[in-house]
Formats: sequence, C-alpha cells, structure tokens
Amino acid sequence: MAAIFAFAESRDGALRKVALETVTAARRAADATGGGEVHAMVLGGPGIADAAEALGRAGADVVFTVEDAALARYSPEVAAATAAAAIADGDYRAAFFPASAEGRDLAPRVAAALDRSLLADVTEFTFEGDDVVASHPAYAGKAVATLRLSGAPALLSVRPGAVTAVEAPRTPRVEARPPALAPAEARVVVTGLVARGAARLDLAEAPVVVAGGRGLRAAEHFGLVEALADAIGDAAVGATRAVTDDGWRDPADQIGQTGRVVSPDLYIAVGISGAIQHLAGMRSSRVIVAINRDKDAPIFKVADYGIVGDLFDVVPRLTEEIRKLRAG
Amino acid sequence: MKIAVCIKRVPDTEMRFTIAADGKSVDPTGLKYEMSTFDEYAVEVALRLNEQHGPGDVTVVGLGPDGVGEILRKALSMGVDRGVHLTAPEVPFDGRVVAGALAEALTGQGYDLILFGRNATDTGAGVVGAMTAGRLGLPCVTAVSHLEIANGRGTARRELEGATETVEFPLPAVLTIDEGIARGRIPSLKGIMAAKKKPIDTREASLGAPAIVVDRLAPPPDRPPGRIVGEGPDAVPELVALLRDEAKVL
Ligand SMILES: Cc1cc2nc3c(=O)[nH]c(=O)nc-3n(C[C@H](O)[C@H](O)[C@H](O)COP(=O)(O)OP(=O)(O)OC[C@H]3O[C@@H](n4cnc5c(N)ncnc54)[C@H](O)[C@@H]3O)c2cc1C
Ligand SMILES: Nc1ncnc2c1ncn2[C@@H]1O[C@H](COP(=O)(O)O)[C@@H](O)[C@H]1O
Repeated sequence: MAAIFAFAESRDGALRKVALETVTAARRAADATGGGEVHAMVLGGPGIADAAEALGRAGADVVFTVEDAALARYSPEVAAATAAAAIADGDYRAAFFPASAEGRDLAPRVAAALDRSLLADVTEFTFEGDDVVASHPAYAGKAVATLRLSGAPALLSVRPGAVTAVEAPRTPRVEARPPALAPAEARVVVTGLVARGAARLDLAEAPVVVAGGRGLRAAEHFGLVEALADAIGDAAVGATRAVTDDGWRDPADQIGQTGRVVSPDLYIAVGISGAIQHLAGMRSSRVIVAINRDKDAPIFKVADYGIVGDLFDVVPRLTEEIRKLRAG
Repeated sequence: MKIAVCIKRVPDTEMRFTIAADGKSVDPTGLKYEMSTFDEYAVEVALRLNEQHGPGDVTVVGLGPDGVGEILRKALSMGVDRGVHLTAPEVPFDGRVVAGALAEALTGQGYDLILFGRNATDTGAGVVGAMTAGRLGLPCVTAVSHLEIANGRGTARRELEGATETVEFPLPAVLTIDEGIARGRIPSLKGIMAAKKKPIDTREASLGAPAIVVDRLAPPPDRPPGRIVGEGPDAVPELVALLRDEAKVL
C-alpha cells in the first residue's frame, strides 16, 4: 500500500513545531487513504537521529535520518536532492512539507527535481480518488481557491498553524540514509544563521502573537507590546509594515501580504488599523483581539473581541491582569 | 550584468473584486491591474545592480493575456531595457506549467541573474522561481532580503522565523526577492517617454498540461461575528475572563 512522506523541519539540532504539524498532516492523509504508513525524513548534524522518537509519537511509522556534520545547517540543494530521491524511490501517495520559511524554499525545489506540480501553502486538504483537493488563500486573503491536483505522488506544503499537531504514538523503524548529494557539491551554501531575540519564541512557533502598529507612535513604546508578550509567556511579537518601514522593528517581524503569514491560537492587534495587506497575514488566526481607539477601525471587523480605547491605558492594564492570572 | 526579471500582472490588492459567474475566477469587469509587489522589488534590484556595477542589460518577461504589455511597459519606464511578452489567454494556476514556459524563454540567453518575486501577490504561493531554476539547472536562492554581488559570486540574506540566514552562491543564479531589499522606483516622465521606444518581443507561451486546476474560488469563510467588550482599561478584566473561559486561549 502506498505510504505518505513527511519532511520534518529542524533547526539547530532540534525539531521545529511545524515538523510535528507536518507529520500530523501526513498521518491524517494516511488514515484517509486506507491507513498506509507515514515515512518522515529529518536531516541534521550528528545527533539529529534522536528526533526519531518524537516523530514516532506524532505518528511516523518510519523515520529516515540523514546525519552529516555539514547538515547542521540547512543545505537547500542537499535537502531537496535527498527528499526527492526518497520520494522517487518509494511508493508514495503524497508528500507533505511545511509552508514555513524553510519549507517554502525546499518544497518547490523537490517538486522541480521530481518534475511534479506542488499544492503550495494550503490550509486544508482532502483526498478524492486519484485527486487531492486543497484550499489555498489567495488575493490577499480576499478569496480562497479550492485546487485539485491529480496523480501520485501529490506534493503539498501546509501553512504553519493550519494543522494542529496531535499525538498518534508508535515506535518507528529508524533508517539512516546518506545525503543524495554530497554536501561539498552544493552550489548554494548557508554560511550563517543568527537568531534574533533568542529569548522569545518566534512567529512560527508561538501559539500567541502580540502585534503592534503605528498607534504605538514610537519605537520605544514597543516595550508595552514586549511586556504583554512576556506576561503571556509563549508569545511572539509582530508588527505592521508601517512599523517596520519606520525602523521601529526588524522587517522580519512584519506580518501581512509582504511579510509573514501567521495562524496562532491568539492574535492581539495593538494600535493596528487592519489594512487589507495586514489582514492577509493574520486573518486565519483562531482568536483575534483588537485594541484601537477608533471604533470604526477595520481591524474590529475581523476581531473576535475588541476594546475601544487608548492603548497606552489598555495594554498596561491587560499586562497586569494577565500577570495576575498567571500568578494565581 | 545581463539580468532577466519575471514579472506577473495581478489585480490591484486594494480593489474590491467579485468572483465571476463560473465560480472559479475573478470577474475582470472594472478590475485594475498592477505589477505584483515583489516583482516590482525585483525590477528595482536589477536596475540598482547595473547602476552599481556598470552598464548592463535588463529584460523583463511576463506571461499572460494582452494586458501584460502594460506592466512590461511600466518596467521599461522604470529603466528596464527590453520586454518579452509570452502570450496566454490566462495564467495557469499550476506554477509548474508557468515555470516550464518561462524556462523555455530564458534558456540559453546568457543571463548572469534571473530574478523573481518571492511569490505572486494574487494566487501565487512562491513556486515559480525555484521551479524555473530547476528547469534551467541553475543555483537558486529564495526570499532574498539583502544582496551583494562581487567577482562572479553572490551573498544573500534570508529572513527566517526568528533568525537570519546568510547564503553564498555562484553566478549565474536564480533569486527570488523578498520584502526589505528595495521598493520599486516611480517612473520619471523621461523614463515614460523613453519606454515607448523600447522593444517588446511578443510570442506565444508554450504551456504544458496543468496537473492543478481550480475547482472553486470563494470568499473566505466569515469569521464568527466579534464583539466590542467595552471601552478603555475598565473593559480589561472582562476581556481576560472571556479569553480564559470562552475562547480558552489563556
Ligand atoms: C504593496 C503593499 C504591501 C503591503 N504589505 C503590508 C504587510 O505585509 N503588512 C502590513 O501590516 N501592512 C502592509 N502594507 C501597508 C498597509 O497598507 C497599511 O499601511 C499598514 O498595515 C498600516 O499599519 P498600521 O495599522 O500600523 O498603521 P495605521 O493604519 O496608521 O493605523 C494605526 C492605528 O492605530 C490606532 N491608534 C492610534 N493611536 C492609538 C492609541 N493611542 N490607542 C489605540 N489605538 C491607536 C489608529 O486608530 C489606527 O487605527 C502594504 C502596503 C502596500 C501598498
Ligand atoms: N505569469 C507570470 N509571468 C511572469 N512571471 C511570473 C508569472 N507568474 C509568476 N511569475 C514569477 O514567479 C514569481 C512567483 O510566482 P508564484 O510561484 O506564482 O508565487 C512571481 O513573483 C514572478 O516573478
């Protein structure tokens, strides 16, 4: 019976949250297509094979481990060649990738190597006979396209946060594999990886995102947003383009059409008007809270809960109440 | 340097739009179009590279219906030297098919760099650049937010979630351009006049059969109606209670 392939993303020797989401997506696909196996692949430096246990807990029956000192950092060409070789050698109904920064780089390379089409950045999928039918948000979030891909293996990348990782524990068979391209032969080489603000969860990992807009008026007032994120604990900080353009925050923090797309459990928009380009990056969040002094701001149209008021009064109070909640 | 930039014509993001009667496409009535945002950045990157490294030649390539000529012309007015219009009644949703046609037009032309947007701002999901690179057998770096070229090699920066990556690569190469590197310049009057005399080579795109088709295009599912909890800091305790007990996110 055909199996399902899952690419498990890691960074700095540890699995990323999206790795478990990808395995969960693959598990779901396997169960929907007759209960075949899930084969997960993880690449990394020495020790990455230890990730097999966590991948088994997420539902992988087989884990391919590709360990090489040169793979301690992501190597796009080696990863693509190795994933493509595994997919080509096996009997796969589908292969899943995360639509994270790394996955968005990797999945089209794999598709090119296999000369197959890719359903990229999908939020939902079902299997219908020989087809996969998937949803892909388009036109700055103003529409959702339902796309149909025929044939096997079907390649898909899934938007981070669109699938919630759940456990489906098993003891996986672990199989060490060599890289399909010698790392020294790679033309494109990652020579550096520098974490920003390592103390905090990043936008792809955090279940909560607190984002600030121009309503904060100055870079130093972002301290209010940081304090709120700290009180919540597992929260990342995001920003609008107005804010990154003014240099108050790093461009990588930008959420929206030309920034990141996030789907956290909770999104708190502070002093953000809710322009269409911003909504494109956060409207699929599970719960949205908006704090804005203008009751007609468009952000309130997508918010589940809103407070109309001056953020300089509301946010410190919110931080305080959440601290109390966390303490109590 | 000899540089090509692939640019897509997309509906203006700010415009309201309606879904056509077929339930699968956008109703073109009254729609305004623009160059996809990241592609505009890519054009700017190409122009700046040649301003910096001495004279070169920049070609823009667009695949799609008649209206594509307008965005090619816009790129020419920004300072691009020539355009190629690969005609197709519509742009297929399957990025593999688009990449195949672009690769055929780009192959063997001796480009030092071929630039794409990170993703098309309408339907795109960021696959055409890397897939075209695959077809051409060229090294590829995606989502570039900073770029330096020297001695036939490039160094690029990519923004990941929570981290910045540095990547080195040899030329010729394919790059896809992200936010943060350059915004497109506004064409000058002189540029607009000059563009009228620049060549656009028009020929039919050779499109393969798509494996991805659109079943439906629909507005996004409505979010459940929200509510204003209250005004000012006094509303905070109730908000926190709702987030904890009703939404269960705290
Ligand atoms: C091609 C293109 C791409 C773009 N991509 C993106 C993108 O990826 N992401 C993005 O975010 N934007 C993007 N934009 C920009 C977008 O159109 C908006 O300009 C931007 O999102 C506005 O940011 P803002 O909400 O912070 O600022 P504003 O629109 O200025 O809103 C500030 C809000 O703060 C409120 N406010 C002010 N003071 C207070 C106070 N004391 N207390 C409470 N509330 C207060 C105001 O009522 C207002 O609603 C893009 C634009 C273009 C043209
Ligand atoms: N029809 C097209 N004509 C020219 N370039 C295109 C076309 N479609 C996509 N591209 C290029 O490929 C990039 C990525 O597109 P996509 O993979 O659709 O998100 C775009 O930013 C353009 O640079």
